Amino acid sequence: MLVLEDVHTHYGKIEALHGVSVEVNKGEIVSLIGANGAGKTTLLMTVCGNPQATSGRIIFQGHDITRDMTSNIMRSGIAIVPEGRRVFSGLTVEENLHMGGFFNTKAEIRKSQNHVYELFPRLKEREHQRAGTMSGGEQQMLAIGRALMSKPNMIILDEPSLGLAPLVIKQIFEIIGQLREEGITVFLVEQNAHQALNLADRGYVLETGRIRLHDTGKNLLSNPDVQNAYLGG
Amino acid sequence: MTANLKHALFCAFITLIISYPILGFDLKGRGTSVALEGVDISTSIGVLLAVVIVFVFQLYRDTIMGSVRQLPAINPLANREPMEQSKRLKLESILLTLMVIGAVIWPFIASRGAVDLATLVLIYIMLALGLNVVVGLAGLLDLGYVAFYAVGAYSFALLSQYFGISFWFALPIGAGLAALFGLVLGFPVLRLRGDYLAIVTLGFGEIIRILLNNMTSLTGGPNGIGGIPDPTLFGMEFSRLIKEEGNTSFHETFGIAYSGEHKVIFLYLIALVLAVITAVAIRRLMRMPVGRAWEALREDEIAAKSLGLSRTAVKLSAFTIGAFFAGFAGTVFASKQGFISPESFVFLESAIILAIVVLGGMGSQMGVILAAIAVTILPELAREFSEYRMLIFGAAMVLMMVWRPQGLMPMRRIHIELKRQE
Ligand SMILES: Nc1ncnc2c1ncn2[C@@H]1O[C@H](COP(=O)(O)OP(=O)(O)OP(=O)(O)O)[C@@H](O)[C@H]1O
Ligand SMILES: [Mg+2]
Repeated sequence: MLVLEDVHTHYGKIEALHGVSVEVNKGEIVSLIGANGAGKTTLLMTVCGNPQATSGRIIFQGHDITRDMTSNIMRSGIAIVPEGRRVFSGLTVEENLHMGGFFNTKAEIRKSQNHVYELFPRLKEREHQRAGTMSGGEQQMLAIGRALMSKPNMIILDEPSLGLAPLVIKQIFEIIGQLREEGITVFLVEQNAHQALNLADRGYVLETGRIRLHDTGKNLLSNPDVQNAYLGG
Repeated sequence: MTANLKHALFCAFITLIISYPILGFDLKGRGTSVALEGVDISTSIGVLLAVVIVFVFQLYRDTIMGSVRQLPAINPLANREPMEQSKRLKLESILLTLMVIGAVIWPFIASRGAVDLATLVLIYIMLALGLNVVVGLAGLLDLGYVAFYAVGAYSFALLSQYFGISFWFALPIGAGLAALFGLVLGFPVLRLRGDYLAIVTLGFGEIIRILLNNMTSLTGGPNGIGGIPDPTLFGMEFSRLIKEEGNTSFHETFGIAYSGEHKVIFLYLIALVLAVITAVAIRRLMRMPVGRAWEALREDEIAAKSLGLSRTAVKLSAFTIGAFFAGFAGTVFASKQGFISPESFVFLESAIILAIVVLGGMGSQMGVILAAIAVTILPELAREFSEYRMLIFGAAMVLMMVWRPQGLMPMRRIHIELKRQE
């Protein structure tokens, strides 16, 4: 569904990705793990076209999107939950969700909104609360809900567990598993390697802008290198 | 205390070295040479007094500012729990309707001068509501807004001069041209952020004015353009003698005595209708997806982009719509004055309109309307102090910053609710 072929990305003169190839198949959960500064966020943002790849190809659902504008990419069936949630803090929960369905009809918005409320009953309770006044966990749920409002075929999540309590993390990972059941392809970036690999069909390990390892989730979990570097030995 | 004392001494000293050379000496021409003279004793005393005042104020600054902050809020709603949204909207609509009804009746009881001034207030309301879209809602600091006002005014003036086009045709054309200017100029400029955008728009405002000043053959340069026609009412003119063939005159049609007041009231009513249209149109836009997109982009650009919004398109729409209403106001202004020149479109105008938006509490329409009334009328009331107009203005701004930094009536957002089918 999503294919990256030898993608290089630069910030000015500095190269942050040195030729990354990743493949995400339809219906899969693929996890990408890596240390701070490895380039995980950069990789995801490159898929979204912000910044654009300097060389290589990115193909989504058979179309080459390497040179497309961010706004067009984000309307083509891909949605991202950005790092650090980034909900619109002055808008209410409901309005945040409506922003997520910006390009859909009212009827579609109503339908996806109900669906999001089924996934996250907590959001329904807080429907008219300003997003900025919600807890971190609630905001993360909202960010995921907002991304789902556009009815994407594929959802990209950048460290959804960041700064959350274990119980909330568990809940969020359950929801991610549920999304796969619904047929949404998931590309997940995580520091929380154990849970991310456990859930994933396949996983990639990114180190300083290069893919180091690539295997099924189970195999990576039992790989001694991965255990040493990312699972605390 | 010693820190305060040091600071106070420093401020007093600065006051002295700034004001004494400027006020304390006088250049006198004696034949061919110029001589420097000390001025009379009263000015020197005045300067000294100012120094003492600054010293005392700075010394007790904390106490004074503290008491300013404790002034009760004039807005009685400020500290109350926000009302239920539906209730608030209803109340606001009722209030606005009453205001409009009052505004319609008012010119028939007020004096001619007052009605004329009120027309100007309405023009400023239009301008401020338009700029509010750009600055308050979309968060783009535009310091050259007056340029679009000028485009509207000059469009009408030139169209009437060269093609004899009447007010009613010029109105959409002027607004449309201003919007086109906004679109064309916004395109390269809106890539810039924050301060850079402010500087470039500031420059743009000046460029338009200087162009108008120098394209003498077309615009008459600093001499301006005169003889701009008044609006007509279904072909009826408001002048004593009919200027254009085919028109009739208002007083003859209705068989009443000619009065210069008719025209003033008519213009006022036109401005009122247009101001109401502006307010209603912008209110509508705010609730439409495009309005929410402005807000979303202002709140978090990356998140907005991640949802597929195009930054340029969203910003451009705000910029263009703001320019459109400035063009609207410009056409009315040209018609009201009957004469325009680049003088009317200096940077100060941009600054005043921006001040109205900021004073009103960015984003809130009610606040902007109140601020427009205050900023336009107060200087007129204080005519005797007209020399100190800017001083009073500045003092008022500083006071506002300390006392109500969020503006007279900070924006309370309208929540959009979809009716859910259960
Ligand atoms: N906007 C930017 N300009 C310049 N360099 C950047 C920019 N964003 C990221 N970088 C650099 O690119 C490299 C990769 O950063 P990136 O944010 O992708 O890491 P990450 O794997 O997401 O880290 P983390 O786990 O901390 O989020 C880092 O060295 C970072 O300093
Ligand atoms: Mg990151």
